[in-house]
Amino acid sequence: MSQTAYHPRWHRKPMSVWWWLEKPAYARFVLREISSVFVALFAGLTLLHVQALREGPDGHARFVEWLRRPGVLALDAVILAFVLLHAFTWFHLAARAVALRFMGRRVPDGAIVAGNYAAFLVASAVVAFFLTRG
Amino acid sequence: MPESVTLVVTRYRPEQEGEPTTQSYEVPFRKEWVVLDALNHVKDRLDGSLSYRWSCRMGVCGSCGMMVNGEPKLTCGAFLSEFLPGPIRVEPLRSFPVIRDLVVDIGDFLKKLRSVRPWLVREREKPLEEGEFRQTPEQLDAFKPFSMCINCLLCYSACPIYGLEPSFVGPAAIALAQRYNMDSRDQGAAVRHDVLSGKGGIWECTFVGECSEVCPKHVDPARAIQQYKLTGVLRSLLSLGGGR
Amino acid sequence: MEFASCDVLVVGGGGAGLRAAIAVAEADPSLRVAVISKVYPMRSHTVSAEGGAAAVIKPGDSLDAHAYDTISGGDWIPDQDAVEAFVREAPQEMLRIEHWGCPWSREPDGSVAVRAFGGMKVERTWFAADKTGFHMLHTLFQTSLKHDEIRRFDECFVTRLLVDDGRCQGVVAIELATGRVLGITARAVILCTGGCGKVFAFTTNAAIKNGDGMALAYRAGAPLKDMEFVQYHPTGLPFTGILITEAARSEGGHMLNKDGYRYLQDYDLGKPQPKPVLRSMELGPRDRLSQAFVKEQEKGRTLKGPYGDYVHLDVRHLGQALIDRKLPFVRELCLKYENIDPVKEMIPVRPVVHYMMGGVSTDVRGATPLAGLFAAGECACVSINGANRLGSNSLPELLVFGARAGRSAAEFAARQRTPGPAVSAQAVDEELRLQALVARTGGKERVATLRGEMQKTMERSAGIYRSQASLEEGATALARLSERYADVAVDDHSRTFNTELTSVLELGYMLDLARSIVAAALWRKESRGSHQRTDHPARDDGQYLVHSLTTRDGSGAPHIAPLPVTITRWPPGERVYGR
Repeated sequence: MSQTAYHPRWHRKPMSVWWWLEKPAYARFVLREISSVFVALFAGLTLLHVQALREGPDGHARFVEWLRRPGVLALDAVILAFVLLHAFTWFHLAARAVALRFMGRRVPDGAIVAGNYAAFLVASAVVAFFLTRG
Repeated sequence: MPESVTLVVTRYRPEQEGEPTTQSYEVPFRKEWVVLDALNHVKDRLDGSLSYRWSCRMGVCGSCGMMVNGEPKLTCGAFLSEFLPGPIRVEPLRSFPVIRDLVVDIGDFLKKLRSVRPWLVREREKPLEEGEFRQTPEQLDAFKPFSMCINCLLCYSACPIYGLEPSFVGPAAIALAQRYNMDSRDQGAAVRHDVLSGKGGIWECTFVGECSEVCPKHVDPARAIQQYKLTGVLRSLLSLGGGR
Repeated sequence: MEFASCDVLVVGGGGAGLRAAIAVAEADPSLRVAVISKVYPMRSHTVSAEGGAAAVIKPGDSLDAHAYDTISGGDWIPDQDAVEAFVREAPQEMLRIEHWGCPWSREPDGSVAVRAFGGMKVERTWFAADKTGFHMLHTLFQTSLKHDEIRRFDECFVTRLLVDDGRCQGVVAIELATGRVLGITARAVILCTGGCGKVFAFTTNAAIKNGDGMALAYRAGAPLKDMEFVQYHPTGLPFTGILITEAARSEGGHMLNKDGYRYLQDYDLGKPQPKPVLRSMELGPRDRLSQAFVKEQEKGRTLKGPYGDYVHLDVRHLGQALIDRKLPFVRELCLKYENIDPVKEMIPVRPVVHYMMGGVSTDVRGATPLAGLFAAGECACVSINGANRLGSNSLPELLVFGARAGRSAAEFAARQRTPGPAVSAQAVDEELRLQALVARTGGKERVATLRGEMQKTMERSAGIYRSQASLEEGATALARLSERYADVAVDDHSRTFNTELTSVLELGYMLDLARSIVAAALWRKESRGSHQRTDHPARDDGQYLVHSLTTRDGSGAPHIAPLPVTITRWPPGERVYGR
């Protein structure tokens, strides 16, 4: 025997189904994971929007009417919040997945995160420009 | 500053009881004392039957990991003053089978450590006459943090996946695999790839990130795992394309 | 009881033990080699060594220079044939562990970096930042995993050596997780169990350093050598005793008394220079620095603290960049345990028991006089360290003599018959003794009380400066403690991970060793290296250019005899530092 074989009297504490409530960090993690559902919902909404566009100006107008309903607006707000959570947490996590070197020195995480936010701001500015122009 | 503080310690005596219980001890409070000092006071003066592991008391041997107020800590570095006014809950490291009191079995970790081949793999051994492998300080820095792991297993206790998924190789083992993968002298990344990218490997990890938060040596195993998700995918793609 | 067998059994899974096991596996793959340790190997105390490991590789250095530094550092008690073998093999062993992946710190061109260290004339100390022992141990442990043939008995506590027919043929051990007693027979046994610093009250050593192997050998009839030589490391943190590596001094740190004065210049260690000068001032040998502290204390020039007197170690002038690159662990330890940032404040330090130069007597091949019993590392005494060990010599010693003992044991084991039934009978007897001990009720003495009194007695009687009176008082006190030990209470009668039982057994080992340290110190009526007698302040080469050999006599008391020192090319000279 290399290591003591498993002994039946060793106590194994089962993991509670509410494990994610034990620490704020775990709860934040679960929220982050749930945000993917809302990203999927957002994608679904976008597809519906595209479909509505294909139905011509009337179809599109009906769709926009539907979007204006208070319930849908509320849902949209929630979706926006989760999509932003998803994006921002990803900006921070992504820095940990790469080991970038530039001019012989390691690029610090902060620089990568800042770069992600900067790209987000630039992309948002471009989209906002096109939306407000027309 | 108070005169004393209460420890609420998990006890488990398998020959006497089927389930763990708790026992309270009142210990003197001193500002230099860590939780380990308090446990030693209990064992030396109050109750010699309390069993726990400890050795170096300077945070480098990895023996004294326990849950203190629900967080995995090295008790030799957890000052009583951080937990005032108490009571301070001391429990065995979570997600490991408890042998006795605060002593857990780490056999699962040792098996998983072995499975990632944590040694320098060379196609051809370098003769001693040729001297040392050349390795610049930058090349050393590439894997140095991952080499600081003291195998204290706090990261395993912090990781909910390790608690939920028995096959998960776990943060420290993957960090040590990466320690060798990124060592410029190593040629064994291919040898480690199957274990890392197969069942129980890096893809079980959903980047909760608590492993890195609790690591007392700033190894950042979460980083090691995410890095391998990237490099591992590239390696898989290359091997699909016929490369090695 | 359960029996297991192997061909070579290594007791202790630290640097020396793991190196020995790998050496056996490589020397003779047909042998069954096993490592038994009371802790998991990566918990062994090798892990806390900080400063570095010396080996000659740079131009301008020579094996003779390393040998001379070691021999003079040891005040001419090192066996010179052993030292010559050591300095010759150290570079190969260090390269070997580099090939196994040890992350040595590097020069910009990629070659291994070296630094200065106390008592060494040339810079030859390899280092892995200031966690050299940690990196070496983990490299050895991880490399040992490659060898599936190395069987491990983790968390098994050895209680006795099995000796029959004049040969050591195995051990009896308690498997801690279950409380089962195991009889493990072997054709050769290598002791690599480390030192016994916990015999003293204030030590850098971990809880597990109780001298298990030394006591086991001593009880089995193998002699101990040079037990009187106990090294005090000059810079330990007050209260915890945590080690602040010598590297802090070799990188340029200064030791200052309460007046901010570099007091070492008053003790024939040279004069302060702007840059550290090898073999001078703070880079003098450890025994002389620790003795200087006591002298300063007597003059009232040390600072007073809640946990005793101390002096200051000042590294502020080295700058944050250097400290973070070369002394990061020092900074971490000071911040955590003293709430002090060495970049901005001075570190409080005082001498602390650190290393046992003495141990199980072996020859240059790692063999003890008891056939089949070998030893290596701090638990052994070859001797290469003599009366005082130079910093950064003990890590390469683990590799050189771990490998030598492994190879010798492999060769020996291959020539032996397998152990017979007499050995099994002894094992059964030992199991009965252990069972009786665990079942004992009504003991009146507490382990912690006896242990505390032993430790205080040793600090008082056998500290940095000793006298006939202090040592005799110590011997009497220890004899009395040994009597009281017979009545020690065992409150924990369980089998599962019974650490009270192991504490009791460890105290037994330590009492035996404490008595042998005091007996050897009484016998050596001279001052040499780390053994300083206020009543015999001079070195006496006429009578005492010898080792002390301690054996246990019929009544269990230590008996001392001299053993000549092997002198090859370096006749005894004056130990000169700073000139």
